[in-house]
Amino acid sequence: MIKVLQYSFYDLIRSRWSYVYFLFYLVLGFALLFLNNSVAKSVITLMNIIIVLTPMIGTIFGVMYFYSSREFTELLLAQPIKRTTIFIGQYLGVSLSLMLSLVIGLGIPFMFYGLWQSAEMANFGLLLLSGSFLTLIFVALAYNIALSNDNKIKGFGYAILVWLFMAVIYDGMFLISLIIFEDYPLDKFTLIATMFNPIDLSRILILLKLDISALLGYTGAIFQKFFGTHAGIFSSLLVLVIWTIIPVYFIARKASKKDF
Amino acid sequence: MIEITGLHKKFGKVEVLDSVSLTIADKGIFAILGPNGSGKTTLIKSILGMVIPQQGEIKIDGEVIKGKYDYRKNIDYLPQIARFPDNITVTELINMIKNLRNRQANDTELIDMFGLEPFLDKKLGNLSGGTKQKVNLVLAFMFDSPLLILDEPTTGLDPVSLLHLKDLIRKEREAGKTILITTHIMDFVETMADEIVFLLEGNIYFKGTVAELKQKSDRNDLEHAIATILSENK
Repeated sequence: MIKVLQYSFYDLIRSRWSYVYFLFYLVLGFALLFLNNSVAKSVITLMNIIIVLTPMIGTIFGVMYFYSSREFTELLLAQPIKRTTIFIGQYLGVSLSLMLSLVIGLGIPFMFYGLWQSAEMANFGLLLLSGSFLTLIFVALAYNIALSNDNKIKGFGYAILVWLFMAVIYDGMFLISLIIFEDYPLDKFTLIATMFNPIDLSRILILLKLDISALLGYTGAIFQKFFGTHAGIFSSLLVLVIWTIIPVYFIARKASKKDF
Repeated sequence: MIEITGLHKKFGKVEVLDSVSLTIADKGIFAILGPNGSGKTTLIKSILGMVIPQQGEIKIDGEVIKGKYDYRKNIDYLPQIARFPDNITVTELINMIKNLRNRQANDTELIDMFGLEPFLDKKLGNLSGGTKQKVNLVLAFMFDSPLLILDEPTTGLDPVSLLHLKDLIRKEREAGKTILITTHIMDFVETMADEIVFLLEGNIYFKGTVAELKQKSDRNDLEHAIATILSENK
């Protein structure tokens, strides 16, 4: 597994897109700190960017890497390596290189700005953690889609749709249903509906940690009421872990049944 | 020894292998022949575990291969189409496979034989089809495995390399290995193969020596013998 992971990782690290992604975060970090002139404010702005952007980049990179490494995959399949090792190794290679771009790209400007001395260290750490989780989750979803579709155009289309659904449409439907059913008690529905969308979950996770009640919104408020701040953070992290494990399990399952 | 019993494979609605049973003994060159789409590559890929059959069983040296992967360390495989990652060099690719297998390899000798030195530092995406096929051959022959599976090894090779390839295959046979080859070049089969397995529409139509096939179809040369079989079965 380590060897496959290594090759995928180096392959991606050498590609231009990893640098572009890394430089984007680097520039973004410096720009936000320069404009906001405060770590705390920058973390909030960053949150809004990260929870939309990391899933999108994860989705696109995941699908792209799967299709472009088909040759490599076929080469590996004829070697004495377990199938799940090949696919999970590649998946981790993609995810880790993206996570590295995120963490280092944002880490450098914030360190320069004196993150260590600020009280925002834990908040910033949690932001990177949820960004990493979103990367892991969406790369895994993208891999599942790519494994099920041999047609690249279809695979790309479905993957982008999943991202669009989670990032935009889901919230819209959620809001509409809250308005339609406003006469009914919606606490449990809200709680469950939030769990089913990792993007919403990450948003709430960070807002709970930042402890800004004005930004929590209805879903965040319910989360806080139901779990309290600490249990809320813990349980949303736990659900993010589950969100990662399930698609990864399906990668392994799909991969072991596919013909090449 | 490879024992295949009742192998079924469907891709969607297309039945590619329809209850294929086949035993391939140790040692010798076995040519798998058949028209396009007769299931040759599917059969080979089933042995390698790349294609997962719906029914049937494949045993290699008495061990069922389903869900296993370790047995592949005793197989060298030459894929039909030489496709590699574009952005790595020939040396990197060879080292990568050596590292993955963790075994001794005689790659330098093969690189020398196929004249690949000038291309070693070039990226695979920039190589011609024939050169890629030579890299493919180096990868397939560099390990000393008892079972060799070659899927259309002659594709895109120049005459000199073709001669080298024939020498290589003969040398492997003399070393007592089992070699499975698919090809459409009958001259190659006639000079090289110890036994023929003829696939037709997902079934084994014939298994035996070249002489037996000629006798069966009442023809003197292999090309016509095969053509006769195909026209009789239309």
